[in-house]
Amino acid sequence: MTLALKTTDLAKTFDIGKRLIGPPRAQVRAVHPVSLEVRQGETLGIVGESGCGKSTLARMLVGLTPATSGTIEIEGRALDRADPAAFGRLIQYVFQDPVSSLNPRKTIRQIMEAPLRQLHAMKGRALEARIAELFDAVNLRPEFLNRYPHEFSGGQAQRIGIARALAASPRILILDEPVSALDVSVQAQVLNLLAELKAEFNLTYLFISHDLAVVEAVSDRIAVLYFGSVVETGPAEKVFAAPRHPYTKLLADSAPVVGRPLGGAQSGELPDPLNPPAGCAFAGRCPRASDLCHRDIPRLRVVEGDQFAACHHPVPH
Amino acid sequence: MTVFLRLLFRNKLAGFGAVVLGIIVVLAVLTPVLPLPAPNETNTASRFLRPLSEGHLLGTDHLGRDLLSRLMWGTRLSLAVGFAAALAAGLVGAAIGVMAGYFGGRTDNVTMRGVDMLMAFPYILVALAIVAVLGPGLLNALIAVAVVNIPFFARNIRGVTVGIAHREFIDAARLAGMGHARIILTEVVPNIVPVVVIAMSTTIGWMILETAGLSFLGLGSQPPQADLGSMLGEARSALITAPHTSIVPGVMILLIVMSVNLLGDGIRDALDPRLRSGALARPMATTRVERGHAPAPKGEGLLRIDDLETQFHVGARVYKAVNKVSLDLQPGECLGLIGESGSGKSVTALSVMGLVASPPGVITGGAVRLEGQDLIGAPYDLLRSLRGRKVAYIFQDPLSTLHPLYRIGDQLIEAIRVHEPVSRAQAHRRAVKLLEDVRIPNAAARARAYPHELSGGMRQRVGIAMALANDPDIIIADEPTTALDVTVQAQILALLSDLRRDRGLAILFITHDFGVVGQLCDRVAVMYGGRIVETGPTAAVLAAPAHPYTRRLIACVPELGGGQRILAAIPGLPPAVDDLPAGCAFAPRCDKAQEACSKGEIDLTGDGRQVRCLFPEGAV
Amino acid sequence: MGGYILTRLLSAIPVLLGITIIVFLIMAMIPGDPATAILGSYATPENVERLNRHLGLDEPLWRQYFIWLGNLLQGDFGRSFALNRPVLDEILDRFSATLILAGTAFVLCSALGILAGVVSAARQYGFADKAITFVVILGISVPSFFLGMMMILLFAVQLRWLPVSGMYSIWGGGDLPDLIRHLTMPALALSVVATGVIARLSRGAMLEVLRQDFIRTARAKGVHERRVIWGHGLRAAMVSIIPVLGIQAGFVLSGAVYIEMVFQWPGVGRMLVDAILKRDILLVQGGVVFVAACYVGFNIVVDVAQSLLDPRIRT
Repeated sequence: MTLALKTTDLAKTFDIGKRLIGPPRAQVRAVHPVSLEVRQGETLGIVGESGCGKSTLARMLVGLTPATSGTIEIEGRALDRADPAAFGRLIQYVFQDPVSSLNPRKTIRQIMEAPLRQLHAMKGRALEARIAELFDAVNLRPEFLNRYPHEFSGGQAQRIGIARALAASPRILILDEPVSALDVSVQAQVLNLLAELKAEFNLTYLFISHDLAVVEAVSDRIAVLYFGSVVETGPAEKVFAAPRHPYTKLLADSAPVVGRPLGGAQSGELPDPLNPPAGCAFAGRCPRASDLCHRDIPRLRVVEGDQFAACHHPVPH
Repeated sequence: MTVFLRLLFRNKLAGFGAVVLGIIVVLAVLTPVLPLPAPNETNTASRFLRPLSEGHLLGTDHLGRDLLSRLMWGTRLSLAVGFAAALAAGLVGAAIGVMAGYFGGRTDNVTMRGVDMLMAFPYILVALAIVAVLGPGLLNALIAVAVVNIPFFARNIRGVTVGIAHREFIDAARLAGMGHARIILTEVVPNIVPVVVIAMSTTIGWMILETAGLSFLGLGSQPPQADLGSMLGEARSALITAPHTSIVPGVMILLIVMSVNLLGDGIRDALDPRLRSGALARPMATTRVERGHAPAPKGEGLLRIDDLETQFHVGARVYKAVNKVSLDLQPGECLGLIGESGSGKSVTALSVMGLVASPPGVITGGAVRLEGQDLIGAPYDLLRSLRGRKVAYIFQDPLSTLHPLYRIGDQLIEAIRVHEPVSRAQAHRRAVKLLEDVRIPNAAARARAYPHELSGGMRQRVGIAMALANDPDIIIADEPTTALDVTVQAQILALLSDLRRDRGLAILFITHDFGVVGQLCDRVAVMYGGRIVETGPTAAVLAAPAHPYTRRLIACVPELGGGQRILAAIPGLPPAVDDLPAGCAFAPRCDKAQEACSKGEIDLTGDGRQVRCLFPEGAV
Repeated sequence: MGGYILTRLLSAIPVLLGITIIVFLIMAMIPGDPATAILGSYATPENVERLNRHLGLDEPLWRQYFIWLGNLLQGDFGRSFALNRPVLDEILDRFSATLILAGTAFVLCSALGILAGVVSAARQYGFADKAITFVVILGISVPSFFLGMMMILLFAVQLRWLPVSGMYSIWGGGDLPDLIRHLTMPALALSVVATGVIARLSRGAMLEVLRQDFIRTARAKGVHERRVIWGHGLRAAMVSIIPVLGIQAGFVLSGAVYIEMVFQWPGVGRMLVDAILKRDILLVQGGVVFVAACYVGFNIVVDVAQSLLDPRIRT
């Protein structure tokens, strides 16, 4: 099995309160060293709540945010220079807010042409044909090409965003909350379209979302992020059904499910990023925490089979 | 362009400005070919002739020169200099602003410090210093005026550029392989052109005034050449004996600058999309009501909404956001109102206490009865006394719904004291108690915090505490957990559920999430296209939805534990409420739709378990 | 809070240094030789050279700057050759007059502008709004010096209510009522443009704020509309109004130059214009640095006021 994407200790630290000269006032570790492997043709779901670093991780993967340390390999080739154009041919990004990701002053045709011209030096008839092909793939009518972004609904705009990402003929798509701005009835349309495209173009997906049920529905494997670290990875059908990290369990128990009584989870809040705790970041909220947890940061390790957790006291099965 | 011109001339004052300025510009352009005496031809014999003198329509000045001729030549000069200064300042300032805003970081830091340094001088000092270096003269005055205005443009454009540079389409362009230069030219600049045009058109008048001012001081145009400012400056010594020599150029400056300003405001209004849609209108204290007669109550209830119609009137368009909605809420009951965005669920909730923003909102029909008393069209004082005391609201985003500049304790104290004449100390004790009731740890200390110092979950607890401040009978919660993370959402829902039981609150809970409704609500009403399509006990509706829309919407929502799968989807889009189809609004997307579905009104039928469908699922 | 004021004060130091550098460089760029300007064009080269050495002008530029800066810090602004008195004495005399004029105008324009803006926003599209908008457009379009001249014609010449010009009557004046009578017209004329700008901006800021969610929250609590507007609304709007007050203070100070010319007010603006026309470089240099430094100080006050209002910017 070939690896589509591999990160080794990828990390990002942001400076807070930059000064003209001298060191910044403070630093925040948005992403702690993360090592991930995504197989060819796989969908890896990344779940986490706000502030867990999932968007920063995604932006590093496409070169929009330079990594502080660590490496990224795409199909065996190292890409360590943060140059979105170099990344662009291999890995593309679908944005959360479909309307904001389209320049309001350009027609859809101009938006679609940019990656084809810049990354693949296409022009003339080939360009036209390629755009028509892409638009067909995302089920949009060709007459939309001459319109401006504000004329489209969220679902349509997101299809355009997907078509633009596909225009670069990438191997991997990073989908950053691609349906969270959409209504549920439209959300399902887009999710199903993404599944079709994946098969058709033989793509690999990184699907980022805060919605557990959506991630579970689309992913082969899932990685759970908490406070900048991966706390659990495993097959989609196991991670929420039989969570091993207490945080994953908390997430799964918090999801509103018809018929489940309220009030199961009363468990505090995220630690302060400017003043992170010494050991496990979840220890302060964790019912299973011991002295060890407050002292040592747990490493991600096998719990059972292909399920990994970064926990000193994983939840027993 | 035609749209722009139409918008521009819709504003009558802008049209007036355009006409006056147009006339002045045309005359100024034609000045060399008009039959006027030479502007600098002196004739000391006929000094200070009054206006309407023979051969001198506007009279003459202290050297006997024809004022009309000098006025026209001076206008020409002043206009040219003003426009040139605005153009220069606008372009240079915009270039600096775009660079600083786009690249950010150190470039931005250094540039903006330079700009701040220039702005640390009162602008006239910079202008005077420049003139001191370059020497008096019109061109130097122009340069001075342009230079002192560059920082203002640079700052303004930088701010706008920063906003654009962080938009996602810039990231998309980088991923499409575009370089910085190309991105600035094709992605950033087209988006800031309107801002630059607005900034220029609203400052041209100012620049004309400034150059006239420098000339007035004798630092601009040098004799015998005269612009309007220096004409005024020369006339000043004869102000009392020959006031017309001052009034003529002064009035011309006033006319030019005023018409430029009127036109500039018009251009700004026409280019600003928010002004175009009327979104900058100030919401009034209560929603506007334009109702015929109140419908008779259809039943009992703590809160009864009957045939409520709320619309948004934007220009000629009418958006029927809420279309004959009827609901009732019993004491201690939790009613869920569920729907997708644009279904009218929030507008229904806000209509109850007249909180729909107006303009553009108008309540055009129906009744909202609280314990039998109709609130639609009720006097402001009555409505105000009920708001927060009988019916309290919890809103969606707790960061934007709390006042950012007041301590949360003070916001709670205010909520108590608007309805009860208690002392501040007493109110403060109650506020702390409320914070404890919503399980905020360390409540007494947190009362001194500002909203931005709290986490999202804590802020929403404050929002709930504020709603509880006057022990209301009803709480209307408008998507109170949508902006929160799932673990925090679970905490807040549990809190609401407990409070409801402890205090016997009736809750109208607006949401788009079936899971939340299923956990919290006794009954549920489903909205689509401004109407209620189905209502009934939550368990019954969720287990056996009767309306095809409800059934298919529930099927769209993935549930945790289902594993990887293809989801059910509803083809098509929700209807636009300014163009609703006849009959059932869901018919165009419904696989069971028949011809009859698109003809005429369809009633909400049934008792307790109601559905608005000709062909409901199963038996109701 | 004290920490914020301290950092703000410290951050003013580089700005003040920058100002002195800019002013010094600009003045150094002025064509011509100050010594020749002082001694007149018939001076002998020896005399010019002696004076140059006396003034330190034969030193390299950076040394001249530090000598000048050192003198400034000790309160020695040099001597005005045209007036033949210490620059600082002249500036202090003149600046107090400007401060009275500009300060009065600033208080007027802030109070009237905010009041008009809030009323205008609260009654958007009503009669009061339209009337205020019209007056504001007129106000920001009229050159203050022309307005001043017209006021003299009407109130001093025609109606004889107020004195034509000057700061005090030549005979029997000098008391406060006399000052107020002389101050009324120039202060009004000076405040008109800034009042218009502040009113417009306050209206815009209020309209922006009144659409915010927290205003809806206040209404939902049952807060009276009067308090919603003058309390919740205005307080939030002040966050964007206060910086404009700071900028407008600069414009009022600048506009004072014209008004001082029109009303023969013995202020620092007239002094600067005269000094420029006479090429009295030390006076220009000193005057510009002094006024700019005062303005920097004023802006610190503005920033502190802003931080008192808005807890989010305190660090």
